[in-house]
Amino acid sequence: MAYIDLPAPAFPSPSPMHIPDGFLSGPVAALGYALAAAFVAVAVWRTNRSLSEKSVPLMGVTAACIFAAQMMNFPVAGGTSGHLLGGTLAAILVGPWAAIIVMTSVVGVQGLMFQDGGLSALGFNVFNMGVITALVGYGIYHLATLLTNGRRSWVLPIGVFVASWLTVMLAAFATSIELAVSGTSPLHVVLPAMMGVHALIGVGEGLITAAAVTFVLTTRPDLVEQPQRVAREGGLS
Amino acid sequence: MKKGYLVLLLVGLGIALVITLFSPLASSSPDGLERVAEDKAFLDKGKDAPYQVIADYAFPWVGNEDAATILGGAVGVVVVATFVLTVGLGLRALSRRTAVAGTKPAALAPPGSAGGKAGPRER
Repeated sequence: MAYIDLPAPAFPSPSPMHIPDGFLSGPVAALGYALAAAFVAVAVWRTNRSLSEKSVPLMGVTAACIFAAQMMNFPVAGGTSGHLLGGTLAAILVGPWAAIIVMTSVVGVQGLMFQDGGLSALGFNVFNMGVITALVGYGIYHLATLLTNGRRSWVLPIGVFVASWLTVMLAAFATSIELAVSGTSPLHVVLPAMMGVHALIGVGEGLITAAAVTFVLTTRPDLVEQPQRVAREGGLS
Repeated sequence: MKKGYLVLLLVGLGIALVITLFSPLASSSPDGLERVAEDKAFLDKGKDAPYQVIADYAFPWVGNEDAATILGGAVGVVVVATFVLTVGLGLRALSRRTAVAGTKPAALAPPGSAGGKAGPRER
């Protein structure tokens, strides 16, 4: 595949789906903040009872690695790049609710300190890239662990791949709707374009997430969130 | 924090910092949303941020672009990790307090005392 390297654009942000200022209308931006705040509140409520001693350093490490990985834009076809979102990875490592806290911190620092994603769009950037990805990614991963029943199997990395790919598509879908409702671009224009590009970017997300989870499962299986261990303890295998 | 967790933290942060060393190699092509915005002609609706700290991940006042990006990334890694660790430790402290309060018989904590603030029992 030939990559065409276009001259660097004037646009300041090297990240997929980090919505800049100006793309979302006032009411849509406000809705984004409300949604993000509601989910972060639930996440804090759910985690403040359940954080184990191991969770805290693992959350910090996960956030740091996702922040670093998000800087590594990889080329996809046609002079376009993409990079990891990481919500599925975070959810597999620390659980879905702690993952929302991790992702909100990453996206928040990107927006406030690195001008990656607009301030007005921060709510929906958190919701698209942190909430949707963590919850849906974890749900599908959980299904895959039920299938494998705690055994090492190829089903698990494939499940992780599918989960991560789907979360990228859902995040792109949500972003398209937010742009359309804001009047930035009509849905029939923006939606097919976004889904097409992110179908490719999602493959990168899936490969990276599956590789990272396999790496952690091989080196430190005790770090991965527990559905399969629960199954093992339940005597199902 | 137990020694094992400290090792985990240091190794994990090390991995993140090593990743940032490679950040100058990242593709500078427009990303998914930016490409769509360009193709569908709504890119110019985007506005610059009202202020800049480490815009574009390039640490200011560093001449070499690669070094600026690596430094920007490293600062980000440290800031993100510190923030999440602080939040996590805070949540742990909270949960330990509610857990202890929850194990006490209600009669020991008179209503309206300091323990009532956490309100663990009705959760």
